[in-house]
Amino acid sequence: MPAGIVSYGVYIPKYRIRAEEIARVWGESEDIAQKLNVFEKSVPDTDEDAVTIAVEAARNAVKRGFVDPARIDAIYAGSESHPYAVKPTGTIVGEAIGANHEFTTADLEFACKAGTAAVQACLGLVTANLIDLGLAIGTDTSQGAPGDALEYTAAAGAAAYLIGRENLAAEIEEFYSFTTDTPDFWRREGMPYPEHGGRFTGEPGYFKHVTSAAQGLMKKMGTKPEDYDYAVFHQPNGKFPVRVAGQLGFSKDQIEPGLVVPWIGNTYSGSSLIGLAATLDVARPGERIFLVSFGSGAGSDAFSIRVEEGIEEIRDRAPRVRDYVENVQYLDYAVYAKHKGKLRL
Amino acid sequence: MSTVPRFWRHISQRYNLVGTHCSKCDEYYYPPRTICPNCRRTAQMEDHKFKGKGTVITYTTIYNATDDFKRQTPYNLAIIELDEGPRLTGQVICSPNEIEIGMKVKPVFRILGKEGDRGIIYYGTKFVPVEGSVQPITL
Repeated sequence: MPAGIVSYGVYIPKYRIRAEEIARVWGESEDIAQKLNVFEKSVPDTDEDAVTIAVEAARNAVKRGFVDPARIDAIYAGSESHPYAVKPTGTIVGEAIGANHEFTTADLEFACKAGTAAVQACLGLVTANLIDLGLAIGTDTSQGAPGDALEYTAAAGAAAYLIGRENLAAEIEEFYSFTTDTPDFWRREGMPYPEHGGRFTGEPGYFKHVTSAAQGLMKKMGTKPEDYDYAVFHQPNGKFPVRVAGQLGFSKDQIEPGLVVPWIGNTYSGSSLIGLAATLDVARPGERIFLVSFGSGAGSDAFSIRVEEGIEEIRDRAPRVRDYVENVQYLDYAVYAKHKGKLRL
Repeated sequence: MSTVPRFWRHISQRYNLVGTHCSKCDEYYYPPRTICPNCRRTAQMEDHKFKGKGTVITYTTIYNATDDFKRQTPYNLAIIELDEGPRLTGQVICSPNEIEIGMKVKPVFRILGKEGDRGIIYYGTKFVPVEGSVQPITL
């Protein structure tokens, strides 16, 4: 029996800081926004964290799918900014969405791809008929050290997917993963900000893993880029997904609906899944979506997704990605620093 | 750490605004009551999850907060009348210039407080103005 996406929901905080405002403070050239193809990034409120935005996204998924939360038997929350080192995000999300207490949960971490790993975990349980519905979440309020290159892109956002067998909005036809031990980006226990290998995050990190997973999936399925109507690649900045799409033979038209990073930044575990949600917001039944995540460390999960009739019925029941992208309030660097806890009181 | 059990007992109230309803006299209560003061021993009490939409009855803006809330100043505390009737105190997240009596609000899930850097994080319901917030297209 086919399995896949029963519903989905996203949440992006309304606050934004422009890349040129960050550049102004640190004396960088103002064209850094064009170089990164990231013009502004989302910023959480002072009382938002990876849990609160995961709850908002999950509530949107439940609302969109008209799903009884008691049906949810598994919750996997992927993040690299879980507020607790020990105390699962999934427990708080489960309580907040009104799931009964008969579910399994665990928090996942794999840099920017823990959300798609959560989708795979749910898909396995659903396909094996072990559970009715699983809730997979990618959520992050990511951190970039002041003045570091990451500060221009490290953003906040979450996406939640209900994975099941009935009333599908989209079938997950197949997935393929590619993983190596590549230390391109990391954060040690107890450290407030991650470290990274600079340009090393590019070719040996992002491009090797995304292309290997993408080509592996297409080889496994016997498909080609032109078999897909849309493609979504992890969006650490606005350049990498555009370049990797070209390398793999996908067009700009295929990636355009899901390319949201120029306006919200890199939402880490939420990134590729918010891109997928933006694509589901416009896709029609029968169309196919190619999705590849990337997590530093490093690995990629590639998915082949076919949109089903159910999408038309559920799409408008919850806010679309575009609704969040357009609802913005800009901050200057000082207020942004307060929001992100960069000021020690 | 003594406040952990006190908060834990109220999780369903704070996360999902779960109160009670007396189906005999149709009165709603938040926080929940186990006895209906109208019907007393003949009350028929049941749990009720409030939708969370309501109206600002009155408010104040906090500029000088205790240490735990310093980072959030200025913030608005309001008495909100839920659409079902009960009134509660809650934070309304908007500019002090924006909040006004009669404003329609809806619930959001936020951090209510933290026990310093080592203690637990309290989550629960705050409110945002309905106007200008992201809404579903239908419903």
